Amino acid sequence: MSVSQETIETVAGLEKYKHGFVTDIEQEFAPKGLNADIVRFISEKKGEPEWMLEWRLAAFERWQAMEEPTWAKVEYTPVDYQDLHYYAAPRTKAKPKSLDEIDPEILATYEKLGIPLKEQMVLAGVEGAPKYAVDAVFDSVSVVTTFREELAKSGVIFMSMSEALREHGDLVRQYLGSVVPVSDNYFAALNSAVFSDGSFVYIPPGVRCPMELSTYFRINAENTGQFERTLIIADKGSYVSYLEGCTAPMRDENQLHAAVVELVALEDAEIKYSTVQNWWPGDPVTGKGGIYNFVTKRADCRGDRSKVSWTQVETGSAVTWKYPSCILKGEGSVGEFYSIAITNGRQQADTGTKMIHLGANTRSRIIAKGVSAGKSVSTYRGLVSAHPKAKGARNFTQCDSLLIGKDCAAHTVPYVEARNGSAQFEHEATTTRLSEDQLFYAMQRGLSQEEAVQLLVNGFVREVLQELPMEFAVEAQKLVAISLEGSVG
Amino acid sequence: MLKIDNLQVSVADKPILKGLSLDVPAGEVHAVMGPNGAGKSTLGYTLAGRNGYEVTAGSAFLNGEDLLALEPNERAAKGLFLSFQYPLEIPGVPALTFVRTALNAQRKARGEGEVSAPEFLKLVKQKAKDLRIDFDMLKRPLNVGFSGGEKKRMEVLQMALLEPKLLILDETDSGLDIDALRIVSEGVNALRAPDRSMLVITHYQRLLDYIRPDKVHVLAAGRIVASGGPELALELERTGYDRYAAEAA
Repeated sequence: MSVSQETIETVAGLEKYKHGFVTDIEQEFAPKGLNADIVRFISEKKGEPEWMLEWRLAAFERWQAMEEPTWAKVEYTPVDYQDLHYYAAPRTKAKPKSLDEIDPEILATYEKLGIPLKEQMVLAGVEGAPKYAVDAVFDSVSVVTTFREELAKSGVIFMSMSEALREHGDLVRQYLGSVVPVSDNYFAALNSAVFSDGSFVYIPPGVRCPMELSTYFRINAENTGQFERTLIIADKGSYVSYLEGCTAPMRDENQLHAAVVELVALEDAEIKYSTVQNWWPGDPVTGKGGIYNFVTKRADCRGDRSKVSWTQVETGSAVTWKYPSCILKGEGSVGEFYSIAITNGRQQADTGTKMIHLGANTRSRIIAKGVSAGKSVSTYRGLVSAHPKAKGARNFTQCDSLLIGKDCAAHTVPYVEARNGSAQFEHEATTTRLSEDQLFYAMQRGLSQEEAVQLLVNGFVREVLQELPMEFAVEAQKLVAISLEGSVG
Repeated sequence: MLKIDNLQVSVADKPILKGLSLDVPAGEVHAVMGPNGAGKSTLGYTLAGRNGYEVTAGSAFLNGEDLLALEPNERAAKGLFLSFQYPLEIPGVPALTFVRTALNAQRKARGEGEVSAPEFLKLVKQKAKDLRIDFDMLKRPLNVGFSGGEKKRMEVLQMALLEPKLLILDETDSGLDIDALRIVSEGVNALRAPDRSMLVITHYQRLLDYIRPDKVHVLAAGRIVASGGPELALELERTGYDRYAAEAA
């Protein structure tokens, strides 16, 4: 049997996307379509304050006047915004007080996904494993947030955005939209009008958050967009590490995910934000279905010596449009972006970062690793700019692309603007093809073809994997392997 | 141990090996010498199962196993080790990780259990010391930025850990200075065993001063044209390959 044939058969026998199941629960939907009444419906469902409704309606008005961006190097069937549900929630009365009140089907879903919602489960089986708190968002609503009481002891607020709007309205109002303005871009405006839930985090001055925080997003309902909104504020001298994970069922229709994430780091604060994105990528052969992942993520390093570090492992979605960015306003503030983007089958990813140096002596570092296989297309798009006041700004950028097979493509589009003479920017870029020689060498030493590809790719992305919190680095490594199954034939 | 019969191999439709037969009994070291372009490297690659080396006729058996029916990794698990003339660099994969992954893959294929991390470390430390390899070097990505001599020592370390039945050394002496050649040869000689055979592919006689063969074969124009004892290598050193190349053509 030839190697390629064997690979095809092996892969055919694998259950490739193990998160592709659908949870069968009763849900309530908003009627399809988008108008001011739908915006009011969402706001009312959530019992929001008046100012929030007005904010949403203003955003909706702005959105109507905007056009969908077309500059990204991705092609997709246009989204019919009137043919979507903008709200879908499991049918329950109020947010359950305890886990016993949650629909067992939802609990089972998260268990199947390996997300511990019962606090005692976190430690079960693993001696000395660090705790991490989870906010679980199911379609449009947050179903549960764990470890809230323990976190509250140190003053940390970790809850769903809906609850935060009710319980900490002033705090939300102060910061919401201050990093990503309503009219920032088409998808951000849409999100501002219809966002349904997401996570809210506030770390008080001088507090080092005692555990990892994480949000787990699950899209379940059909023909439904997920528009979550996350806001993290790290007050002076605080630290938090936050992780988001995402999966969705396998469906033939495309599903829209348009999130906005805003981070605010005050003086001497540090936020580490990690993403492991594994949305359903669509059928690998026909390209049918999969998530459109149009996300705006931005961090404002507002305080002096503040630091934000984005780490992302992007393996899913049919189309990705995403540029986690840092505005380096505070003097001596630091922005980092570590990215692994893996595309296979017919996936398309246009992703990268923006580092906007506004303050003096600001520093940024970008390490982007793209792996393309199958007939996929991957683009790194980045902007590094230094404004006149950003004396002594420094950036180091490294973009590496690895191609597997002959039918994929990788592009690098770096923009650099230095508007003062003291800025120092360095850029390195490489594109390599997974070499037949390396594969044969590894196989000669006993590795199967799949194992050899995994080892070589994991070597290629190692620098970035090391930036992930330990518990997730192992998961991410496995995900890298799964995403590339059948990529060589 | 290794039995090759009438092996015919084409690369990109061009015949390179044209009916090569060779028999290496267990415990013996055989040298294959020949001019450039005779098909020496093709022989190694074909036995190891590299893509693009198309076998058009003939057979090759290792301890009764039909090598040509197996994938490269299956051949490795059966005990075939090809030491590369130019060992590949594997960025981001520490040498230790690479070798342990390979060893466990082979053990798994043979239905044996994995080697535990402490057990493996103990083993590596001893072998690395024998080969004068600094242990810290093993934490670095395999072969990346290593000198020619270091790369060849890493090849010998891998053979020592993987314990193959058949060792094929492809131009192992190329790019080595005298000191490195001595260390590498000592490492190879230490692996001589009654149940292990070696095929030493080389252009120059020099390597055979260090790794003494039981038999020497001359490969010219895709066939073995002469076989003899170690003295044949010395004769080749004096007279060159021209005579054989002419005869074969």
